[in-house]
Amino acid sequence: MNSLHRSIIVGLLCTASALCLGQVRVSGSGQAGADATLQISGSGSTTLYLFGPGGASKRTVQRGTVTIPGDELKVAGRYVAVLDDSRTSFFVSAAPLQKISFITHPSRVPAAANGAVLGSAYLFDRYQNLVLAPTPVSFQLGVAGSAVEERKVIGKNGVAWVQLNSGRRSGPAQFIASSGEVSVRRVVQHVAADPCNIRMNASRAPDGNILVETDAIRDCSGNAVPDGTIVTFTSVDSAGRSTVDARIKRGFARAELPASSSATLSVAAGVVLGNEIHWGGGL
Amino acid sequence: MNKILPVVLIVLAAALVAAATMHSSTLTPATTPEGAVQALLNHVKSHDSEGAYRYVAKASNTAMPDFARDIFGETGNLRTYSALQLFDTKVLREGDQEASVRANLQWASAVGAVYDVRDLKVVREDNSWKVLWPVQTRAKVPPQVIPVNYLRWDIVTRGSDDDWGAQNVEAPRVRIISMNPVEKDGSFILLGEIENEDTVPGFVSVSATLIGKDGQQIAQEESFDKISHVLLPKEISPFRIDFPNMNRSSIQSVHMQPNAMLVPASADPVMGVMHQALQKDPRGHSVLTGELMNQSGQTVNIPHVLATFYDNAGKVIWVSDGYVDQSLVPQTPVPFSIGVRDDLAAQIHTYRVTVNQYSRDHVQ
Repeated sequence: MNSLHRSIIVGLLCTASALCLGQVRVSGSGQAGADATLQISGSGSTTLYLFGPGGASKRTVQRGTVTIPGDELKVAGRYVAVLDDSRTSFFVSAAPLQKISFITHPSRVPAAANGAVLGSAYLFDRYQNLVLAPTPVSFQLGVAGSAVEERKVIGKNGVAWVQLNSGRRSGPAQFIASSGEVSVRRVVQHVAADPCNIRMNASRAPDGNILVETDAIRDCSGNAVPDGTIVTFTSVDSAGRSTVDARIKRGFARAELPASSSATLSVAAGVVLGNEIHWGGGL
Repeated sequence: MNKILPVVLIVLAAALVAAATMHSSTLTPATTPEGAVQALLNHVKSHDSEGAYRYVAKASNTAMPDFARDIFGETGNLRTYSALQLFDTKVLREGDQEASVRANLQWASAVGAVYDVRDLKVVREDNSWKVLWPVQTRAKVPPQVIPVNYLRWDIVTRGSDDDWGAQNVEAPRVRIISMNPVEKDGSFILLGEIENEDTVPGFVSVSATLIGKDGQQIAQEESFDKISHVLLPKEISPFRIDFPNMNRSSIQSVHMQPNAMLVPASADPVMGVMHQALQKDPRGHSVLTGELMNQSGQTVNIPHVLATFYDNAGKVIWVSDGYVDQSLVPQTPVPFSIGVRDDLAAQIHTYRVTVNQYSRDHVQ
């Protein structure tokens, strides 16, 4: 809002208000941290009270032109100046955008998930005032070396938010919110989704047990399922059921099941089942 | 006289203290098979391994240290945190030289009461009855180096001086994948399974709130130890929440709340559950038996077995658990047996066994 507009608004306010009596006019940029000038008619000294959202002050001033330093106008909002039996009010808006507080959710997300990543950017000026004016904000999400998903949003009432799909590739994705020269970076770890097509092979171990080992375990986008993930191998034979909860190590899971002449072997990770093998006489 | 009296009193007091604390070194011979078992168990109850051992028959071929290890535990296993609290005996068969006595034992342990049934053979030896107490000799694991290079997850969280919008690491995503309410013996019981869907480990629990017909909360319970609390990625645990003295007809709805916390964890040790089978115990009750095999190099002090039972539609129809009083040393199978509801045995189509591991070095 420029000074001409401000003067017009103040003039209209003063016209409408019987208390104003045409004695005080305010001019200045109207931005937080900028000086404001009061034009006070008459002569001699008087007491000026200034009430604002960040505090109140009292001083003795000479009628005429009085400057209120920007230090007293850091907090955006409505200010009221009181002089003798008259008063006037004016608004201080936020200064230009200088800082973005960027909140993202979640910090880990499965690859290729629709609408799984949320980002909210809170726009602040240098004095921590929300920048309420419509402000364009750009959001970018992507893992290095893969396509970046970008969305442009106009921030309203100091907030801009976006909901994005996660990428198909696992890894640390950079999630960036930027507006003008200001940008903030977060990392959203893209992780492999549920395993896809688990396949195992079985062979006889040197000690006679059954050695089962999976192929490399990947999700449906081709990302390696992280090490440490539980893979359950099961053998069912005439002696009963045997299970081993193995951990994926270097992309593979392996375990030893008890020796058997005829057994049905199966593999699963979470709720995803893999192939089944009929071992020995069951073939 | 003034000097003699205190001396006499001190000597008398010392004699009384000695008499009270000293155990009789002589054996009171057992004249009946049941008396022998009771005498042995009474000594176990008073934590007197030597006294108890005097009622063990030589034919047992059990050395005193092995007997003490069997009764009072070793390597930090559950038996070392237990004490025999109650027992009762019943003669199953009695002959001139040999008898069979069933002992129902109740141990007070760190995890609650543990019940054990032993059918003991009692033989006549040296004109008195003594108990055959064979102790299974464990296969010794040869000295070796077992390389352990499994993952470990550590966590660095947001600092207190970080901006309020700064990023933090989140709790793992967990999901209840099945739930089945049942009633038994006047209790309302919630059974189900929970999965860690994330790629990081989590400490999980499940709580349930019962809402009555008037819309008011009538009870709240947690899964407590009927769950594997630390779940690695894609690991599934059963859970069971008991509401004692609760009628299903008084419940309008149930609110389930899975809770998960990100915790440091290790992917070690790996446990195998071998040769699981549904069987009948000597009393004719259904039990699930099997062997636990610690496939890693670290001793597991207190194993906790959780079993999930499914019907032919794949629905969870019961969850039971049991603590094993032996520790799991590496590469050595240890038998386990947990109770199964007799009334459900015919409906059980399949089952799944998981193992919680409590070790002195770390808890998982």
